[in-house]
Order: sequence, then C-alpha cells, then structure tokens
Amino acid sequence: MNIFKKTIISVLASLFITTSVYADKIKIGTEGAYPPWNSKDASGKLIGFEVELAWTLCRYIGKQCEIVEQDWDGMIPALLMRKFDAIMAGMSITDERLKTINFSQGYADEVAQLAVMKGSDLEGMDTPSGINLSIGGSSVKKALKTIEGALAGKTVCVQTATIHQNFLDSGDVGSVNVRTYKTQDEVNLDLAAGRCDVALAAAVAFTDYADKSGKPVVLVGPTFSGGAFGNGVGVGIRKGGSGAIGERDAQLLKDFNMAINKARKNGDISRIATKWFGFDASM
Amino acid sequence: MELLAFGKTGWGDELFYATLMTIAVSVTAMLIGFLFALIFTPLKLSKYKSLNLIGNFYTTVIRGVPELLVIYLFFFGGSGAIMFVASMFGYYEYIEINAFITGSFAIGIISGAYSTEVFRGAIQSIDKGQFEAAKVLGVKKHIKFYKIILPQMLRLAIPNLSNVWQITLKDTSLISVTGLVEIMRQSYIAAGSTRDPLFFYSFAAVLYLLLTFISMKLINRLEIKYSRGF
Amino acid sequence: MDLELMINSFPKLLNATVVTLKLLSLSLLFGLFIGLLFAIMRMNNNFIINKFAYGYSYLFRGTPLLVQIFIIYFGFGQIEFIRSSFLWVVLKEPYWCAIIAFALNTGAYTSEILRSAFQTIKKGYVEAGKSLGISSKIIFYKIQIPIAIRQSLPAYGNEIILMLKGTSLASTVTLMDLTGVAKYIISTTFKPIEVFIVAGSIYLFMTFLIHNFIKFLERKYNY
Repeated sequence: MNIFKKTIISVLASLFITTSVYADKIKIGTEGAYPPWNSKDASGKLIGFEVELAWTLCRYIGKQCEIVEQDWDGMIPALLMRKFDAIMAGMSITDERLKTINFSQGYADEVAQLAVMKGSDLEGMDTPSGINLSIGGSSVKKALKTIEGALAGKTVCVQTATIHQNFLDSGDVGSVNVRTYKTQDEVNLDLAAGRCDVALAAAVAFTDYADKSGKPVVLVGPTFSGGAFGNGVGVGIRKGGSGAIGERDAQLLKDFNMAINKARKNGDISRIATKWFGFDASM
Repeated sequence: MELLAFGKTGWGDELFYATLMTIAVSVTAMLIGFLFALIFTPLKLSKYKSLNLIGNFYTTVIRGVPELLVIYLFFFGGSGAIMFVASMFGYYEYIEINAFITGSFAIGIISGAYSTEVFRGAIQSIDKGQFEAAKVLGVKKHIKFYKIILPQMLRLAIPNLSNVWQITLKDTSLISVTGLVEIMRQSYIAAGSTRDPLFFYSFAAVLYLLLTFISMKLINRLEIKYSRGF
Repeated sequence: MDLELMINSFPKLLNATVVTLKLLSLSLLFGLFIGLLFAIMRMNNNFIINKFAYGYSYLFRGTPLLVQIFIIYFGFGQIEFIRSSFLWVVLKEPYWCAIIAFALNTGAYTSEILRSAFQTIKKGYVEAGKSLGISSKIIFYKIQIPIAIRQSLPAYGNEIILMLKGTSLASTVTLMDLTGVAKYIISTTFKPIEVFIVAGSIYLFMTFLIHNFIKFLERKYNY
C-alpha cells in the first residue's frame, strides 16, 4: 500500500499548504493540450516544445520554475489574476493581446494553415504557398478571395480565443460559419468525425494529430502569417504596474528576453524545436 | 485494458489518483458547505428582516446561477477579493490560494447554499412544542440546542443531506478551470491524448456511479444509526 | 470593474439567452415524455421493466451531466457504426447532442418526481372513482394524472431551474448559448468577472421568473 500512503500524504500536503507570499520562483502557465507545443503524457507529466524550452530559459534566468496547467480559455485572465507569472502556451504575439499583456520577443514561429480530411473538395485549392497579411498586395487579396469562396457554407472549426478564431472573425475571408472548441484536441476529433468541414490551427498541430492517429488529415491552402496571426510566439507577461509587484513583472520581461537571446545564441531553441516539430521553428 | 494500465504506459494510476482527488474535494467542499450553512441558516431563521435578506440573497443567488459561472467567478475573483480585504489591513503582497482550496471553496459555496436550505427546513419542521417544553423545564439555551434541537435536526436532515452530497460530488466535475486533476479533468486529458473519448468518458461515468453507490450505502447506515430510538 | 464592457455585452448576452431558452424548452418537453414513460414503467409489476427503468434513472442521476454530454457528443462521434447510420444526421449537430443529453438527464429526475407523486396519491381517490363505476383508464387520466401534476409542481419547478442551469454546459460542445457567448466575449476582452456577472444576473432573473411562475401555478391548482 505504498502508493496509497504516498498519495494520501501528498494530497494532504497539497491541501492545506498555501504559499501566501510570492516566493522567488517563476510560475509559468501552459495549456498541456496543444501538442507538440505542450501536452501531457500517460504518466500525467507535462511535455512538449515549450515545457522543455521553459526549463532551459529558467536555467538562464537562474531562478526556480514551476509549470502550471491552465485551460486555454482562461489563460490571459489567470495571468492577470496572478495565478502564474508568465505564459508559454503557443501564444502568438498579436496587437489585440498586447493591449492587455506584454510579450517577450518571439521564440518560435507558428505557421497556421487550414486542414481538411482527405477527399474534401477543398483539396488542391489554388493559392500561393504562403501569404503574409501584414504585407498585403494584390496576390494576398486574390488568395483571400479564393479562400472566402472555398469556406462559404462550410463549418470551420478553431480553438477558442486563438489567432485562428480572430482571423476568421476579422472579415478578411467574408463571413464564416465558425465553430469554437475549448481545446485543439476537440477540433481534431470533430474534424476526423466529420462535424467540421475545415479546421484552422498551427500546421504542426494537424500533422502531429495525423501522425499519431493515422487519420487522413490534409493541409490545404496557404500558410498564414502577419496581421491577425501576429508576430511569432512569445512569453506572455503582465504589464508592469506600480509598486513592488509591478517592478517584478517588468524585471521578469527583461529576464525572459535575456534568456531567449542566450538560448537562441547557444542553439537551444533550434535544437528543442527540431526535436518536437521535426524542423527548426525557432525565431 | 491497456489504456488503464498502471505505470508509465497507461492511465490507470492517474485515474486512481484523480478519483482520490474527487473524493478529497467533495468531502472538503461538503465541510466548507456546512460552515456556510452554520452561518447562513441562523440568518435565514432570524427574527430580523435584514438578516433574512442576507441569508436569502446567498441561497437564491447561488442556487439560481449555473455552477460553472459560480466556479469561474470564484476562480477569477476569489483571490482578488481576498487581496482587497487584505489591502484594507495594509497588506499589499499577492496572496496565493492553491488549486485545491480554490476548487473546494468554489464547490463549497454551492454546496453550502443547498445545505442551508436543508438545515432550515429541518429546524422548521421540529415540533414547536419541544421548544416550549424546554423553556418550561428551564433547560439552558445551549443545552437545548445541543441535546434537543441538534439531534432531531440531524435525523431530519440526513436524507436531504445525502442529496446535497450527490450534488456536491457531481459538481466537482466542473472545476477543471482550477487545474485540479480530478476524475473529469483526468479523463479529459486521457481522452485528448489517446484520442479515445468514448472509453475514458464512459470510464469516468463508471467511477462516478461507483462513488455515488458506495456513498449512498454509507449514508444509509448513518441514517439507520440516527433514527434509532424514534 | 469595467462598467462599459458590462453595458456593451448586455445586448449580446440577451440575444444568446434565446438559444438558452430554446435548449431549455425542448429539453423539458422531451424530458417530460421520457419522465412520464419511465415513471409508468417504474410502477409496472414486471421485474425486468421495473429494473430497467430504475437502472436508467440511477445511471443518469448518479453521473455528472457534463460526462453525459461528453459521451454523447465526443464519445458517440467516434463510433464508425453511428457515423454511417441515420443517427448521424442528428448526432452530427452539437445542438441535438446537447438536447438529447439534457432530455435524458431531466427525464431521469422527472421520472422520480412523477413516480413519487403517483405513489402518494391517496388510495381513496382511486377507490372512490372505482365505486362510482368510472373506468380505470379514466381514473388514471382524469384523477391520478391531474393530482400527480399538482403534487409534483414544487419538485418539478426545482427541476426546471436545475435544467436551466444545466443548459450552461451546452457551451462545452461549441454551442453559443448564454454561457457560450459570455465565454466568447471574455476571449477577446479577457475580463471574466464583469461578463460573468452580467450573464449570471440574466440567469438569476430567469430563475426568478420560473420560480414565481411555478408559485402561481401552485396557487391556481390548489384544490
């Protein structure tokens, strides 16, 4: 009954011991449901690109870290409520989010793309291989028109509160029938089940799912960047307010920027990215 | 069955811990609920209209708003509210409440509203004559409460409290926002990771059924014990 | 507190309330039929029918509604057999999955409410009817059912309120009900407290209306 004893003790310990003062420890919030960025394995451990990167960055900062699980839809509110001090959850740096929180410099590039099941009439969509919404121009406009036509009347599925949802809601591709899910896992399930005609997310989220499930998920259309898709994925941190707490947040931003610089220079980000994505998505 | 293996490959041990967590949260929430009931039942039964109002406000609002919303509000607003109170006492540091306390309190507030109603009903249904008899016999106030009212109230309340327990137990499935890994969250994680939601949600249902079944058996025993002599 | 956000989100949330009310009324309607059916089965003397009805009620009352919705929506969606059958026309839609889950859930509670109402009807009424030479069918429809309805009104009123709160779980299967839209607004404003207070107030107001409507019915049918 060793397991039993251990559990009871650990449960009891976690029950009533609350640290009331900000310890010199950085708490990092992640979702744990967005493989290969961050997820959980069968032993309940958090794994993924960002989890490994977080430990590396903490080493450079020289402080202890704790990684905290948080549902995606409450990620930014929970940061603001000080449930943790930083977000590393595949969160892209966008103007919309910058109104509320700060971001470190980007550490990785999230390439977004549409996905369908094999046999969909969206396969072979005639668009450039990638479009940057910030640059614009006639070719981007033309591609958006093509996508608008392709998505008309279709159910397009995305995870809630993501850049992907923002893009579909922005009107750039007309008025789309968007369905939002709590996690990317659910989007994948419903895409495979046929409840979704199309889905939009990080391309790696689909390829990872296709690999592991063996389902014939196919990427279609261009890769998206710029505009609603933001400028890479960074560490989300509270805007430094006044007083001691505010100063700590401002310092944390500096620390993370410094650590990302070091990790990039030493090749850590590239190495970890290649390990989890199969290619170098570092920024 | 491979999916339920213990150890690194399967989800058996995780689900086992998650079940213990569900039990721990439910029991703590139930106790917290009793504390709330201890405060609000007298308010509801008070002679003073303003105190009634406070008691009614609590039970009406909590029982009238979806549990999910109460939990979200407590999760996002709870520590803010505590920090606000602390700041009135000149304490401006961040106060952290851990996930277990947050989850148990969120469910406890809900559970307490139902417990309050049960206790109120139980006290009101105690024969008025008993209060008068105690008065006539000159029984002291606190003895009257502990020896006369409380035992009768408990006997009357147990069947309804077992309903509150069931509600509390099932409501713990909604606290995933707090990040506490109970049965539902663990099943959610396992379903996502293995892409087999049917198996894991069905298994979660079995676990909940097991918990309700066992707890009902225990409560029945309690009921028999307390109704002795009546 | 961001008052402006609260005021701005109010009309959007009010719009979404229509979805919530639709979910509620359809679930209650189907749930009432299911509840009546199973209440009658529970009073049947046949062991198997009786136990089947008991098992149904036990299963749905002993597990969280969230688990039930997830099994019906995400679970059944994985079964190839269901996806290739006519059932998929209904189960493909999150809207119907939610209604099926809600109706089965409230049906279980309703069956318990009706059963205990039927059982508490005084034997005397039925015997009085019989002695007057009224057929047992008419006794059932004209005497037992109306009395049972009156008897079960307070408990059923509670069940309506519980179901209203239960519909908030429709948001977990992508539906844009009151809670769903509240979450949507939060996803762009990052201010959960303000939005949930407004949404919670709307729920509370609906609870208030339902509560008073049931009280009104109780007085009306108080014979």
